[in-house]
Amino acid sequence: MSINQKIVSDFIKNRIEFVTTVPCKQLAGVIDELEATANIYHIPSNKEDEGMGLCAGAYMGGKRSAIIMQNTAIGVTINTLVTLIQFYNIPLPMLISYRGEIGEPVACQVEMAVHTKALLEQLKIPTYHFHQPSDAEELNPILNHSFMAKKPVAILTDASFWQGA
Amino acid sequence: MIRSDVLKTLIPMISEELVVSNIGLPSQELHLLDDQPTNFYMLGTMGLASSIGLGLALAQKKKVIAIDGDGSVLTNLGTLPTIANNPANNFILLIIDNGSYGSTGDQPTYAGMKTSLAKVAEACGCETVIECAAENTAAAVRAALDGHDMTIIVSKCESGNIKVPVIDMDAPVIRHRFMTEVNRRNG
Repeated sequence: MSINQKIVSDFIKNRIEFVTTVPCKQLAGVIDELEATANIYHIPSNKEDEGMGLCAGAYMGGKRSAIIMQNTAIGVTINTLVTLIQFYNIPLPMLISYRGEIGEPVACQVEMAVHTKALLEQLKIPTYHFHQPSDAEELNPILNHSFMAKKPVAILTDASFWQGA
Repeated sequence: MIRSDVLKTLIPMISEELVVSNIGLPSQELHLLDDQPTNFYMLGTMGLASSIGLGLALAQKKKVIAIDGDGSVLTNLGTLPTIANNPANNFILLIIDNGSYGSTGDQPTYAGMKTSLAKVAEACGCETVIECAAENTAAAVRAALDGHDMTIIVSKCESGNIKVPVIDMDAPVIRHRFMTEVNRRNG
């Protein structure tokens, strides 16, 4: 099973039926895999805060939801994370491409990478960093944790994780 | 007619329906006029009423009415292509377009100037878009509730606000009460 298949399979195992995405090069494979999966409604969004609104609505409609996005989106979504997702106790797994780490070819990405963990810490969002492919073993319990706690969780997936996968 | 007048005319037909209402005065007015467990009040997060409404409509079978404003739709303009390309036949987006940011002191929006949200919605690919005068809004919502097409209604009304108290209910209580009702209706 490829890492992309494993991620989608863990989504299905946790009864996630509604996933929104804003693309990143590192996430292309998992987005393709989602699109090909009949059990999950894949809805691309134009901006990540819009995507979180879609996820909140789907969750209230009885479908567990998740968002796949780049770490730059943390800058875009702080207000939505705080005033919608956290304020209303809505679970939201966030599978995040952690750009700007070792191996990054685009210097500008480093600017947001240096703030990513600090921002997530400030927001008190449980954060997990996948650095090598075997770290994905924890995805299934992390997803379960998000729905149990009714909180957003961040899963940061860096270049080493995707290159090793 | 101002927004609260329009809302008053809608109460008889939306009271029993699932409603997602926009941040600020729209939620506060709806809460004052007709608090129902079928109402989801946004207490923050400007712009996302239409997105929450679409997600809700796609996830379950009952009709959903998102009551949004022109300023909020302008804040989250990317919502219209997403709505157009993911049609939910049980979704009605009602944009109360008073050409102003009502909750923040009636500053003018571009929707009250050169920008037509109805035309933007059509250009985004929304197939059933109705622009109507404030006094015809109730009829347009009734027709959309009776029909089977996803409908965007742009209700052109006057700018202005009534005095309303803030909503005292806790956000998780609003969410839990609403979800319980959604679940019961789909049960």
